[in-house]
Amino acid sequence: MSQALVESRPRRTAMRAGSAFLTTHPRTRLALLLAAPLFWLVVVYIVALALLLVTAFWSVDSFTGVITTEFTLDNIIEVVTGSLYQTVTLRTLGVALAVTLIDVVLALPIAFYMAKVASPRMQRVLVILVLTPLWASYLVKAYAWRSVLSQDGILEWLLAPFGGHTPGYGLPATIITLSYLWLPYVILPIYAGLERVPDSLLEASGDLGGKTWPTLRLVVFPLILPAIIAGTIFSFALSLGDYITVNIVGGTNQMLGNLVYTNVGAANNLPLASAIALIPIVIIFGYLFLVRRTGALDNL
Amino acid sequence: MRLSRPARVTLGVITAIILGVVYVPLLVVLVNSFSTSTALTWPPPGFTLEWWGKAFQSAGALDAVLTSVQVAVISTAIALVLGTLISFALQRFDFFGREAISLLVILPIALPGIITGIALNNFFRTIMGVPLSIWTVVIAHATFCIVTVFNNVIARLRRQGTNLEEASADLGAGVWTTFRLVTFPQLRSALLAGGLLAFALSFDEIIVTTFTAGSGVTTLPIFILNNMFRPNQAPIVSVIAVVLVLVSIIPIYIAQRLSGPADQKR
Repeated sequence: MSQALVESRPRRTAMRAGSAFLTTHPRTRLALLLAAPLFWLVVVYIVALALLLVTAFWSVDSFTGVITTEFTLDNIIEVVTGSLYQTVTLRTLGVALAVTLIDVVLALPIAFYMAKVASPRMQRVLVILVLTPLWASYLVKAYAWRSVLSQDGILEWLLAPFGGHTPGYGLPATIITLSYLWLPYVILPIYAGLERVPDSLLEASGDLGGKTWPTLRLVVFPLILPAIIAGTIFSFALSLGDYITVNIVGGTNQMLGNLVYTNVGAANNLPLASAIALIPIVIIFGYLFLVRRTGALDNL
Repeated sequence: MRLSRPARVTLGVITAIILGVVYVPLLVVLVNSFSTSTALTWPPPGFTLEWWGKAFQSAGALDAVLTSVQVAVISTAIALVLGTLISFALQRFDFFGREAISLLVILPIALPGIITGIALNNFFRTIMGVPLSIWTVVIAHATFCIVTVFNNVIARLRRQGTNLEEASADLGAGVWTTFRLVTFPQLRSALLAGGLLAFALSFDEIIVTTFTAGSGVTTLPIFILNNMFRPNQAPIVSVIAVVLVLVSIIPIYIAQRLSGPADQKR
């Protein structure tokens, strides 16, 4: 008993003093919390990105292959005016938009069923079913689609009796495969957003005479819009930078990622690669800037 | 709004069809791992267990698994610490630049992997003069894994509020005691969920990895890419994929069990 009394009285230790100091100095607490993660993100990431931007204004000596650190606009001008880069940028944007649209259309009913219709037990099973494919390697999934879409693959085998044919390798195959790869990333934020919509709101809408579609459009949709946009950030950004899927199922088509990759590797022109990489960076920053006000960034 | 029975059934059927289609390519991989064809032809010409035997004897595959586990464990550990710190800072404090920092956290995942990849490749090699190794991969992976931990922890912090922590402080507990006995137990399942996602993200990453891995560093995705187009290795790649999917169900199931009851409170 007496020991319990002694134990319950705070002892004056260094830990105790530190704790008391932190309690009365919230700014110090904040500084301690932020120091390590900010150091990491700024030093490793922001500095690296900034230097990538700088590298885009350098050039490579065509004889020695050594990077010249003199300011030049040549790479930027080539990337902005070159017809190759314009075509590939438009193609990449088109693929990314198509993938995003397909994923949102597929994700909405699944997420709605998971969050609002399924029983809690079923819900847990469905979350597992959605998450499990994420664990299969990205490459194997792309390769599996190469096999599914090939001329003697399962799709041809299924469609041939009905007179249909596999799309083969090309842009449609790239869009299908990328939509497949990013679908779980779109379902999960929308599901989480729907989970946060209280059932009582739907009931209230029903009690006030709201039919299914008006309720979905006027009550549910505005509430989950940030979550939908959060999902589109994943599918859009991941598609913009992809070069492996298009290599595996895209036939001879190139996307922006391929141009960057060739210039880093085979062509060994890091400044030109940096300049090409600025295209998706500008597009994604533009997109993030547009959706910033919707609160989508809190839903990622 | 009350969904009619036909509407519920329709939604259920759509969900079942889409999830069914999601699993078809994975099933194709499963079947191919037993197929006598090395070119992934359908329908499979015959059945064999040869690839399963070979996969478990492949030193390259086992080394690659080990490397991937090392990278994923270390980057997840770093991401857990940094992600938790930053969630506390952004959820419990209001300060100038708060929005900029939350943008900074999601940036490594919002920007395409190829940009993160060449930015870090350029940074390590030409700017810092550091040779690429397993550690450059870890640094790169930890950077984009922070966001998954951050998302889970900040959502939990938002939901649990500060009442219990204030009660703990009123009862005389210091900052550390409160964290250890009150805050941390409430965060545990969020940390596990975030950690599992971070692990999965790192384990599967190929694009950033190809740009930051040293020549001797072969993670599982790099091993798969190197072996995919070799006729005699492709079925072994299928075997590895099947094993990975099967093994992954267990931790995801545990994560769901842990975070399930808390989610149902709403």
